[in-house]
Amino acid sequence: MIQVEKMAATGAAHLNSAKLNLGILRDFYRREFLECIDKCIGTKALVWDDGLTGPFGLIAEASMLKEQHEVERMFRLQSSGLPSSNVQNIIFIVRPKLGLMETIAQCLLNEEMKGGYVRKEFYLVFVPRKSLLCEKKLKELGVYGSFASVEEFNLGLIPFDSDLLSMEMDESYKECYLQNDFTSMFFAAQSLMTLQALYGTIPYVYGKGDCAKQVVDMMRRMKMEMGGVEPQITPQIDNLLILDRNVDLLTPLLSQLTYEGLIDEIFNIKNTNVKLPPEKFVSQEEKKNSKEPLPTEPKKFILNSADELYAELRDKNFNAVGAIVSRKAKTITAEFDERHAAKTVGEMKQFVSKLPHLQNVRASLGIHTSIAELVKEVTDSDEFLDSLRCQQELTHGIDTDKVNPYIEDCIAREEPLSKVLRLICIQSICNDGLKPKVLDFYKREIIQTYGFEHMVTLSNLEKSGFLRPHAARTYQVIRKTMKLIVEDVNEQNPNDIAYVYSGYAPLSVRLAQYLARPGWRSITEVLNLLPGPKVEEVQQIPMGLRKRRASVTSSQSSMGEQKLTLVFFLGGVTQAELAALRFLAQQDDGGTDYVVATTNIVQGHRLIESLQEHIEPVKLNPF
Amino acid sequence: MATADWNPLGEVYYRKCELYTMEWSGLVDLAKHTVAASSYGGPIALMKDDSKTARVTTTIKPVISVYNAAGKLLSQMRWNSGTVVTMGWSATEELLCVQEDGVVLVYDMFLTFKKTFSMGQEAKDVKILDAKIFASFQGTGIAVMTTSFRIFLISNVDSPRIVRLAEVPGLNEAPNCWTIVVSDRQARALVAKGGELYLVDQGGQFQQQQAELSENAGDITELAVSFNNKYLALCTKNGALWIGSADLQKKYCEFNTSSPMKPQQLVWCGNGAVVALWDKLILVVGPDKDWIKYNMDCSVHLLQEEDGLRIIGNDTHEFLQKVPAVTEQIFKIGSMEPGAMLYEASKEFQKRNQKADEYIRMIKDKLEVAVNQCIQAAGQEVEPGKQRTLLRAASFGKCFLTDYRPELFVNMCQMLRVLNQVRHHSVGIPLTYTQLEHLSMPVLIDRLVLRKLFGLSVRICQYLKIPDAEGRSRILAHWACFKVQQKHEDEEKLARAISQKLLDVPGVSFSEIASQALEHGRKQLAVKLLDYEPRASEQVPLLLKMGQDQTALTKAIDSGDTDLVYTVLLHLRDKMASAGDFFMMIRTMPIACSLYIQYCRQQNLKLVEDLYYQEDNSLEEGNCKVIRSYTLEHLEERAKLLEDAMNCFHRCKNEFAAKQTEEQVRLLRHQRRLEDDTGNSYADLSLQQTLRKLIGDGNHGHVEKLRKEFKVPDKRFWMLKISALAEVGDWSELEKLSKTKKPPVTLEVFVDACMKQYNRTEAVRYVSRVQPEQRVKCLVKVGQFREAAEAAIENKSEEDFDYVLSRLGLADRQVAETVRGMRGQLMARR
Repeated sequence: MIQVEKMAATGAAHLNSAKLNLGILRDFYRREFLECIDKCIGTKALVWDDGLTGPFGLIAEASMLKEQHEVERMFRLQSSGLPSSNVQNIIFIVRPKLGLMETIAQCLLNEEMKGGYVRKEFYLVFVPRKSLLCEKKLKELGVYGSFASVEEFNLGLIPFDSDLLSMEMDESYKECYLQNDFTSMFFAAQSLMTLQALYGTIPYVYGKGDCAKQVVDMMRRMKMEMGGVEPQITPQIDNLLILDRNVDLLTPLLSQLTYEGLIDEIFNIKNTNVKLPPEKFVSQEEKKNSKEPLPTEPKKFILNSADELYAELRDKNFNAVGAIVSRKAKTITAEFDERHAAKTVGEMKQFVSKLPHLQNVRASLGIHTSIAELVKEVTDSDEFLDSLRCQQELTHGIDTDKVNPYIEDCIAREEPLSKVLRLICIQSICNDGLKPKVLDFYKREIIQTYGFEHMVTLSNLEKSGFLRPHAARTYQVIRKTMKLIVEDVNEQNPNDIAYVYSGYAPLSVRLAQYLARPGWRSITEVLNLLPGPKVEEVQQIPMGLRKRRASVTSSQSSMGEQKLTLVFFLGGVTQAELAALRFLAQQDDGGTDYVVATTNIVQGHRLIESLQEHIEPVKLNPF
Repeated sequence: MATADWNPLGEVYYRKCELYTMEWSGLVDLAKHTVAASSYGGPIALMKDDSKTARVTTTIKPVISVYNAAGKLLSQMRWNSGTVVTMGWSATEELLCVQEDGVVLVYDMFLTFKKTFSMGQEAKDVKILDAKIFASFQGTGIAVMTTSFRIFLISNVDSPRIVRLAEVPGLNEAPNCWTIVVSDRQARALVAKGGELYLVDQGGQFQQQQAELSENAGDITELAVSFNNKYLALCTKNGALWIGSADLQKKYCEFNTSSPMKPQQLVWCGNGAVVALWDKLILVVGPDKDWIKYNMDCSVHLLQEEDGLRIIGNDTHEFLQKVPAVTEQIFKIGSMEPGAMLYEASKEFQKRNQKADEYIRMIKDKLEVAVNQCIQAAGQEVEPGKQRTLLRAASFGKCFLTDYRPELFVNMCQMLRVLNQVRHHSVGIPLTYTQLEHLSMPVLIDRLVLRKLFGLSVRICQYLKIPDAEGRSRILAHWACFKVQQKHEDEEKLARAISQKLLDVPGVSFSEIASQALEHGRKQLAVKLLDYEPRASEQVPLLLKMGQDQTALTKAIDSGDTDLVYTVLLHLRDKMASAGDFFMMIRTMPIACSLYIQYCRQQNLKLVEDLYYQEDNSLEEGNCKVIRSYTLEHLEERAKLLEDAMNCFHRCKNEFAAKQTEEQVRLLRHQRRLEDDTGNSYADLSLQQTLRKLIGDGNHGHVEKLRKEFKVPDKRFWMLKISALAEVGDWSELEKLSKTKKPPVTLEVFVDACMKQYNRTEAVRYVSRVQPEQRVKCLVKVGQFREAAEAAIENKSEEDFDYVLSRLGLADRQVAETVRGMRGQLMARR
């Protein structure tokens, strides 16, 4: 039995720093959660659904729970049952998934068999909401009555960073576009209401895409349900832009080329945590000195803007990372060398006071040098470069109507299916759908090579819009009007968002950019070509709560006065898109700052994989 | 003079003022009725008492009428249940009727039946003699004495829990009198047996108590506990009136009334004096044996209040109270209190007399006290005129103060305005300021709502600026609930009227109103009202209850709340006779359909298939069959299901899918045959994997056969064959292959295949034959960096050379140095 050793003990200081104090949101959730578990009196053990430990680590530290709230043990929810403990209360904290209910039932039955001296009370907390079906399932399994109470904890948008909120609902796109199940949109609307309760009603709401429309409609309805009770806070967010992933499917399929994007593509960042192979992180001396075998367990790192260096590196094109790291290394060495220059006691004291900070920076330099090396191994490989070349050809619209020889070779070489599918989907989008002959050829090749069971996966991709039969030509128009392809981008000192994909500017971010300036009216034509309706709405703010506009003559009006836009991605956002938005916010002439909310953080592999049908065949009986 | 009607009682004064001229005057004779009035200015219930009038006993049931305190008839009904022993009111103004058999019936003040409960089996079996209704610490309590002289008691009529009190020892006839004393959060009974008193409690304990009575006082005939349960008064057979503390430890006085007759009522006036009533004579006795006598014109009923006594008569309703200290300070003749001086000054000021200034000067440094006294005294007056003069005096005094805080004054004005409104005879709640302070404003508003005075209560809320959620919205919701019960009103009109009033009021629950309407059998109205409910989570369950399935489903879908949709779906599924009907109903709603399919998918895949079949969605049906085929372990079953799937695909004209499925069936059969022939398992392999395995096994005949049958493209087949051969290390076969004429792949593939197996020697063989443009790349692949660099120089290609440079990371240092040094040669060549 493995215990959940510790949830990421992240401090929250980095949340408070920016334009919108997301610490408030975090504290709000933390309070609600503690209220939820403090309802049962006495010592407690928390049993966690695996999918929740990450998100909860971001709002409540294990140590705090232990010291102040009588949480003595933490377990992972497993069907093998709970390890023995003598706590008075056992609280299950789970998402409303039917599969988990069976596991819970198993645990409860095991506990009953065990008996024991101390009478235990069981509690169940659903995150983010109770579900009728789950409760029904528990009743069917005959354990519903064992719970002293069944509660819900409405954890909506989890603050990831000073400008990033995520709901961590990985299957959101699949549910909406494959299964026609818009539950996650309901949650999105709810969490937006929570945000507005804390940060004031957002005066202007824009959106594009079917799901965006749904969310805006639901928000309107929820506002009505509240019966006119509006948050009495001056709006801290000026605009809300809701983008449906369906509007821009191409971007997440392309290989991201920012530092953080690449780490995510290669190693999968989960709840701001990444696990990396350990060899690189052992220093030469340690290797020599230690007699013990080298660690084989992956090493875990937390990636967020609390790390100063990472905050600087994360959004850079990977080709610019090396230069920054070496420059930093030089400055840090120089700063360390200052100690030789320090002569007086005063100077020495000053140096010593800087020391912890310097050491931190040095440690982080070491880590990021190693991570960069790991990434570089991949980006230098032929597979990566060839794939990138192929992607670039496709986005430029070169020979997109024919079978692409590189994709063909990939299939023949039996490269990972998700890579192949990703490329085919890119081709389909860049060609506004594939000719039947080309599409059927690809499909046949995949079925023959990877197996017949993938026919359903292909069908899923067609249903969810990634693969299409030939349709009206729009991509070229959009590409040109929105300037999606930018030649000769400067990767070191970028002047356009296209640097995040080395020459391709994400459409989603372009939409945000055009909204801020000159406004969507200038791109009406493109908006009409993109799927789904356009939403533009004004939410009335009571007079007393309106922001006071600085007068034109005021000396302060030229500086400050940055508007804050919340961009909500339904169906996921990539790290590269985030980088592009951060880049826009930093532009002097931008005038708009961005905070991003999303259902989840995606990259191409995860997105494609979520749409794959996972069939596990029963072994054929040989007789 | 204000003091003209004051009567001195020892040190203090008592005054009696008229509250109302009764509306029932001339119609009702109290002498012929049993009277039950509710404290805090509550309503009065009358029951025609036959024992008081009839000379002939009749079987006609009595009539119960409820009036407000001003004698306005609120409702009337003929009693049609058992014999009522006692009537009384609860703290929430419900009429409690205790019957002979111990059954308690509860009505509201409009005599609408609310509920009933019993005082226990014993009470039912042996009947009860008497019952007392009292204010307990939890609300209103009832105590009954059975004919077997046992006392049963409940502390709260809202949650009746019967407790038996201890028995009084040796009690074998009905006691002369008994009463309930509430102290220390417990109700106990005080029972008089002859001249002895017993206190019995809920724990089964009894305690004999001794009142210090003169010797020949005789048996105790009447007991009265004061409003605050601290004092006790009792009467004896020989006319002695004893006043003392409730625990009988302290005696204040014993007064000889010299009346051999037992008083009709013995009650307390506030907590300061005892009042005894003999027909038309009222005797007020103070704790120091002082007394006042009032003669009434007719028989009256007395009701004790917190700060006085209400005297209800045939024509008038009066209030007897001790003159409040502050009133005395101002109005007592010759009072030199600052308040009195200010009052005088204000009066003189009205008359434009300069004396006003003199008076003010006299109390200059006590002006604040004076103002406060005037404000408080205003609160003690019933007449608006007097209130006004006092407030005017206060306001006058305020002018001379620089930093007087106005809250006290403003509050008093507001409270008096509210009090005067509710004292109006149409409302008939004669509350005093003291009583209101104790009762609190929210309770008063509740009482107005109980009287269905919605308009007045809304205006009071708005006047007092009570937040809408607690005030206006709540009242309007009550109004609407009341409105829907009025059966004579047209439903359409009613729905419109209610929605018009309530639509812009935040926080009104339409679903509550609708459920009220439903309870009263007005389904159509309920449906209409429910349409206004903004919260789907409230609306949908009620719609289901009303059988409005279709609407419920639509509303649930509109809300976007998946859980709500499932609530409706599962409800409908269980309700509908057949699954077919159910599906017919939801098929027009895509969201409902797909959610239900989601649900079924988690339950049983076959179910989903059937749904798609009914929906005529052959493509999805086929896909389901394909997925399900993988759960079958017998080849023939699997093939059969795939053939079904194929038919589905044909049906939806997806010829591609049909063909693939058909090929899969053939592949399965081939694999089985191969397995039989060779003994190796090929199960669940793709065509490619099958071929790879066959090539590895050297089974080239079958390879060719399958390749032809499934039309494997040349290029892919070659790449497969090359890698398969390399995998098994069949290098000679590989080389043979490379020498075939016009191969569809380049030699680079061969190099790659060898290198993948880490066989550099084999790889190098092919490098020499590679086309010049790929030479550099291949040389790098086999690790011959220097040769690669040389080749690049030969090609004069800077691009190639850079490529070599970029790959030097893998080379050893010396070679790398050499290669870097060769850049110059490239430049020279160009």
